[in-house]
Amino acid sequence: MATVDFRVGARAHITVDSEVCRSCTTSACVTACPANLFAPTSDGGILFNYEECFECGTCYMVCNSEGAITWTYPDGGQGVVFHHG
Amino acid sequence: MAEPTMADAPGPESAEFDAVVVGAGPAGSAAALALARAGRSVVMVERGPFPGSKNVYGGVVYGRVLDAIIPNWWEDVPVERWVVRRSTMMMTESQSLSIDYRTGAWGTAPYNGMTTVRSRFDTWLAAKATEAGARLLTSTVATGLLRDGDGRVVGVRTDRDHAELRSRVVVACDGVNSFLAKEAGLLPQSEASHYTLGVKEVLSLPREVIDERFGVQGHEGVDIEILGCTRGIPGGGFLYTNTDTVSVGVVASLPHLAEARIRPEELIADLKEHPSIAPYLRGSSLREYAAHLIPEGGYDTMPPLATDGMMLAGDSAAMTLAAGMWLEGVNFAIASGYAAGQAVDRAVASGDCTASGLASYRADLERQFVLVDHKRLRKAPALVLSDRVQQRYPGLLCDLAEGMFTVVNPAPKPGGLRVTRNAAAKHGVKLRELAADTLRGLRIFG
Ligand SMILES: Cc1cc2nc3c(=O)[nH]c(=O)nc-3n(C[C@H](O)[C@H](O)[C@H](O)COP(=O)(O)OP(=O)(O)OC[C@H]3O[C@@H](n4cnc5c(N)ncnc54)[C@H](O)[C@@H]3O)c2cc1C
Ligand code: SF4
Ligand code: SF4
Repeated sequence: MATVDFRVGARAHITVDSEVCRSCTTSACVTACPANLFAPTSDGGILFNYEECFECGTCYMVCNSEGAITWTYPDGGQGVVFHHG
Repeated sequence: MAEPTMADAPGPESAEFDAVVVGAGPAGSAAALALARAGRSVVMVERGPFPGSKNVYGGVVYGRVLDAIIPNWWEDVPVERWVVRRSTMMMTESQSLSIDYRTGAWGTAPYNGMTTVRSRFDTWLAAKATEAGARLLTSTVATGLLRDGDGRVVGVRTDRDHAELRSRVVVACDGVNSFLAKEAGLLPQSEASHYTLGVKEVLSLPREVIDERFGVQGHEGVDIEILGCTRGIPGGGFLYTNTDTVSVGVVASLPHLAEARIRPEELIADLKEHPSIAPYLRGSSLREYAAHLIPEGGYDTMPPLATDGMMLAGDSAAMTLAAGMWLEGVNFAIASGYAAGQAVDRAVASGDCTASGLASYRADLERQFVLVDHKRLRKAPALVLSDRVQQRYPGLLCDLAEGMFTVVNPAPKPGGLRVTRNAAAKHGVKLRELAADTLRGLRIFG
C-alpha cells in the first residue's frame, strides 16, 4: 500500500497458526481483511504478513477458529501511521 | 525488617497518579483535560507516535459538545471545512435519490459540524489536556491491567521499558477494540455482530475543483451519507469534503461482509464508480487508504461503564451512535471522556474509587445527550441495518421517484398510490410492511 505510512516493527504483532486454518470452513479473513494480508496456500493453510496492517481488528473478529490468530498491537510507536484518518 | 514503603505496598495507596488515561483519542484527551483542570495528577498513554496517528473516522466532528469545555474552540480548532450542506442519498446501481439540506447558519460560529482529520484534531485536543497539566506518553502501549489482592484495578503495565503506571483509577479510552475492557471482563473478547468495518479513501483534488463540484466556497463543506451502496451488506457509505481532499468510504457489518466474501475495497470501488458519485471524484488521486472498526450495536450492547478502579469512555464503551443519517462518535467520546474525568475527580475526593464510588459517571451521562440519545435510539441500529431498509427501500424509493418524475405521455400520469404499489411489488415489499416500518421508524426517530 504505497500511499500508507507504515513504521514496520521487528516483532510480528499478529501471527496466524496455519495448522488451525487448514480445518477452517470459512476463511473469512481472506476477503474481509481490508489490507488483504491473508493469502490462502495450496495446502489449505494461510500465509500471513503483518507488515502493512491497519491494526483494525477485523481478522480476529471474523475468525471462527479459536487459536488461529494471535492478535496484539505493535510495540509503541510502530505500525501504521494515518495522516488523513 | 523495615516497614514496607508506600511505593512497594500494593493497592491504591501507592498510586503515583490519580488517574492513568489509556488512549489519547477524543475520549482520553477530554478525560485528561477534566482531571488536569481539577488539579488531579493524570498521565495519558498513547500507543501511536502522536495523538490521532492510529485513528480513522469519516469525518465530521459535531463540535457543539466543546462549547462548555473549550470556550471559542472554533477559533483554533484545525478545521478543514465547516459543513453547510448535508445530504442523505439512497441509491441502486444506476439510480439515486437525495434529500439535500443546506443552510448558511451552519457556516458561522458556533457552527454545526466540521470536517477535520484525526492526526490534527486529536493532536489539538490532546494539547488542551497537556496545557492544563496532563502528561502525555506517546509511543507507549498499555499492555495490561495491574490489580491488587482484591482484584481492584490499580494501574497499567506498559511496553515502555516494562514500566508500570500505578493510579487510583484507570480510564480506558482505548477505543473500539479495548483490550483493557476485555481483560477486565467488561467487553466480550469478540462479538463481530456488534461491529462494522469502515474503509476510507482520501483523494486529492484542487480546492477550487471541490468548491465548484460541491457548490461551496471558502471554508464551506459538504457531508453526504449514502444508503444502498453496499451490495446488500448492512452498512452505508459516505463522501465528505476536506480542504483539498475528499474522503469517500463505506461501512459494512462484519459478519455479513465476511459471509458475502466481498472485499471492502470492492465496495469503495463500486461507490466511486456510481453515476452520482463519480463526477465528484473525476481526476482525483489516492492520498491515503485506511480502515477501522466501529461499535454500532448501540445502547443494548454497551458494557458496564465502571468497575473497581477502572472506567470506560468513548468507543471502548460502544458509544458511537450509528443510526441511519447519524454517524457520531467523536462528540460522544468527548462528552463521556470529560464526564469520566469529572467522576474520577469526585471519587478521588471522596476516597472511594470502587465501582460504587465511580457510579456518578453513569448517572451524569444519563442526564446528558450521551445516554439520552442512545437510549431513545436503542432500536435504531436494528431497523437501519434490517434487510428491508438495506436491500429493498433504497431501490423502492428510487423507483417511486422515477415513477413520479417520469413523464409517460401520451399515457396519462399514474396516481401516487399506483406508483407506490408498483414500486413496492417490484421490490417484494408489501404495503402493510411499508406502513409498519414507517410507523416503527416514527416511533424510534420521532
Ligand atoms: C469509518 C468511520 C467513520 C466514522 N465517522 C465518524 C464521523 O463522521 N463523525 C464522528 O463523530 N464519528 C465518526 N466515527 C466514530 C469515531 O471515530 C469514534 O467514535 C471516535 O474516534 C471514538 O473516540 P475514542 O477516543 O473513544 O477512541 P479512538 O478515537 O479510537 O481513540 C483510542 C485511542 O487509544 C489508543 N490506544 C488503544 N489501545 C491502546 C493501548 N493499549 N495503549 C495505548 N494506547 C492505546 C489508540 O491509539 C487511540 O489513539 C467514525 C468511525 C469510523 C471507523
Ligand atoms: S485465520 Fe481464522 S478465518 Fe482465517 S483461515 Fe484461519 S481459521 Fe479461518
Ligand atoms: S488487523 Fe485488520 S488490517 Fe490487520 S491483518 Fe487484521 S484485518 Fe487485516
